[in-house]
Amino acid sequence: MSGDLSELYQQVILDHNKRPRNRGKLPTANRVAHGDNPSCGDQCNVYLRLDGDRIADISFDGSGCAISQASASLMTTLVKGKTAAEVEAMFQDFHKIVTTGEAPEEISDLAAFAGVHAFPARIKCATLGWHAALNAIHGDPATTTTESHTD
Amino acid sequence: MKSPSWPTVRDDFPILHQTVHGKPLIYLDNGATAQKPRSVIDALVHYYERDNSNVHRGLHALSMRATDAYEGSRTRIAKFINAADPAEIIFTRGTTEAINIVARSFAAILKPGDVILATEMEHHSNMVPWQQVARATGATLRYVPVLGEDAEGGLDLAALDTLLTPQVKIFAFTHISNTLATVNPVEELCRRARAVGALTVIDAAQSIGHTPVDVRAIGCDFLAFSGHKMCGPTGIGVLYGRRALLDMLGPTETGGGMVVSVTYDEAKWKPAPERFEAGTPNIADAIALGAACDYLDALGRDQIAQHDNELGRLAYEKLSTLPGIRIIGPRGGRGGLVSYAFPDVHAHDVVSFADQDGIALRGGHHCNQPLMRKLGLTSTTRASFYIYNTAEEIDVLVASMHRILKFFGAA
Repeated sequence: MSGDLSELYQQVILDHNKRPRNRGKLPTANRVAHGDNPSCGDQCNVYLRLDGDRIADISFDGSGCAISQASASLMTTLVKGKTAAEVEAMFQDFHKIVTTGEAPEEISDLAAFAGVHAFPARIKCATLGWHAALNAIHGDPATTTTESHTD
Repeated sequence: MKSPSWPTVRDDFPILHQTVHGKPLIYLDNGATAQKPRSVIDALVHYYERDNSNVHRGLHALSMRATDAYEGSRTRIAKFINAADPAEIIFTRGTTEAINIVARSFAAILKPGDVILATEMEHHSNMVPWQQVARATGATLRYVPVLGEDAEGGLDLAALDTLLTPQVKIFAFTHISNTLATVNPVEELCRRARAVGALTVIDAAQSIGHTPVDVRAIGCDFLAFSGHKMCGPTGIGVLYGRRALLDMLGPTETGGGMVVSVTYDEAKWKPAPERFEAGTPNIADAIALGAACDYLDALGRDQIAQHDNELGRLAYEKLSTLPGIRIIGPRGGRGGLVSYAFPDVHAHDVVSFADQDGIALRGGHHCNQPLMRKLGLTSTTRASFYIYNTAEEIDVLVASMHRILKFFGAA
């Protein structure tokens, strides 16, 4: 096991991959968005109930690599109860973590994805669920595809 | 097995002699592209250092040398696939462009009621162009089903009786599946297509470098392949077509080099192959593809087939022992590649791990999305073998797979 891969597959990621949180359809959802990564076939559906500006509940399903599934799982635990603006800010932090490997001190679990930055091909895996969630929040019915944004 | 089959073959490939993440490179992504022997690299260098010039146009020494080498390569490739006439060899960018040339040419001929028949195991490059032609002409696109839960049964040849009707104008199929490793009975498929008057288009991308391909023995009308999967450069490929058919088809691109005469109002086309090669062709890579033919023939193409298929068989047997593994495609009589999936570890995680062990694999849908969906998979890991791979490398692969499963707690 090389050091690089231990960085990529942190315990938090392995745990979320093996025991995903908030997995499945959400019967009370009023927003749904689908994300896919055409280059590898990863898919992620995000279901959420938006109460005004706040995410009252959220779930996801789909299939993909450990990075994409763990990231979507962790994302659902972090954004529940947050406002749209808070989720946006959180995604900006996450995006910085996976593209630069640098994590702000106050951030804990998301920092597990810092190792992704050394594997540029996997950045899209890490951000797939987040993009789907943001699309669901913004009510964008279009399928999110990783080919249409830069990460 | 003797490993490798040719004791010095690895010395011919400069790229193999490197480490990746501190481990000796084990290149098992030959289905995507093969590595290049020194003789092919030398052919490129020689052309650019000595002969570089435009073909068919100049009367000077360099242009004549370049033209001789370019046309010589066409003749060499005709011999490689036993075509009756070098004019039946059209240089293209690769398999995809070759199939698109046939498909676009037929867009002018097909009409509603006509049927294009393909198979469920086609690569997107032998599927999407036919979808486009069907859409443009009103022709119907049908598929020969693949048999078995793991597609282990190959093509449903019994279904051909009902599918191959006189309405079928084109029957397009792959020689060897890039995902399943199925070797299709191409002679039989061509014979049955001929019986109903359908023209055949064979995707030989995965077979051309791995097994003898004789277009006249196969009895096909068109055959497409890429140079880079047979030790040649990227950016060069071939469309073979029977001469009589090529001269019937219109060009898909027009411009210089493919015309007999031009007025301000109209132009007359040259016959094949020039009709299909508008503009300055990919001269250097075409010449180097001829060198690749020489290289493979020197090794012996029957021996290559035996070597690659034996590695495929060995990999199938050894990978089968991994807990939970699902290998798709035939159990026996397969080509030199193995596609597999684990229930709890995604192909991309497998490929990332194997890379750390110096092993180059492919993970994904392999441009077979409809087939993957049919099999209930989103992706597989693929190990594909070639002349320089060894039985020892398969042992390293299997050991790496054991470590991956352990890491993810799946074994």
